[in-house]
Amino acid sequence: MSGQITYAGVEAGTELPAASYPVTRLSLVKYCGASGDFNFIHWNERVAKAVGLPDVIAHGMFTMAQAGRFVTDWAGPRATVVEFGVRFSSMVVVPDQDNGASIEVSGHVEEKLPDNRVAIALTARAADTKVLTRARAVVRLP
Amino acid sequence: MAINRDYVGRVFGVSEPYEVSRVKIAEFADAIGDANPVYRDKAAAQAAGHSDVIAPPTFAIVISMAGSGAALGDPGLGLNYAMVVHGEQRFSYSRPITAGDVVTAQVTLTDIRDAGRNVMLTTSTEIKTVAGEHVCTAVSTIVERGA
Repeated sequence: MSGQITYAGVEAGTELPAASYPVTRLSLVKYCGASGDFNFIHWNERVAKAVGLPDVIAHGMFTMAQAGRFVTDWAGPRATVVEFGVRFSSMVVVPDQDNGASIEVSGHVEEKLPDNRVAIALTARAADTKVLTRARAVVRLP
Repeated sequence: MAINRDYVGRVFGVSEPYEVSRVKIAEFADAIGDANPVYRDKAAAQAAGHSDVIAPPTFAIVISMAGSGAALGDPGLGLNYAMVVHGEQRFSYSRPITAGDVVTAQVTLTDIRDAGRNVMLTTSTEIKTVAGEHVCTAVSTIVERGA
């Protein structure tokens, strides 16, 4: 975590430091349990392939959570997220390997809004493919 | 099996109250790999201006899915869940979900539309406290992939 960002301290165009987040089969099993989403495609390779997927895929919401963490780690504890939206443009395929896959997140301040809010434009990639598009968070800063 | 378009506009019943616990928030934060103390440590959350531990932004999906899962699982809708992937997700928050909140979710199926061989379904879920305070609106679009 990078301390506390303030509204006065950011400008449109400010880059957020890029980050990489690992995702393994264990991550997905844990996320199944914590979220209650036990769709077979997130943990069972046989079912995933039977329904035409290349392999087990991550929950879209797991990927979105990494993008959320990217924003909140940057913004600091006294920032609050007021809006957060993404489009899931591609799947994060998670092979049965110890190092699984990784989700690379980057972003920048898109605009400063009234009421101490700033809009952050986000990009997330896995295996060199954009997995989130139209990803945007609005946070209220101190 | 075809999706039943008559479900567009349907407002589903308000869910049973969901009590947000610190333990569940910490479990969720662990599962997404987020070590932020405001999700685990009441003192850290209070230092950041909250009354108690808060939940990560995407935690709202746990509550909205409890409602939308029942709606999308309605046999009359005809959705094949094994063919479903997530298309889009948006949250608008009045405030963070906080440990101790007792909330309900109410789902409206707002749209069903074709996209090539796929069908896209959009739901809007209002998450409110049992006292009626708005906490979060979650808008989800899921995609049933064509066989």
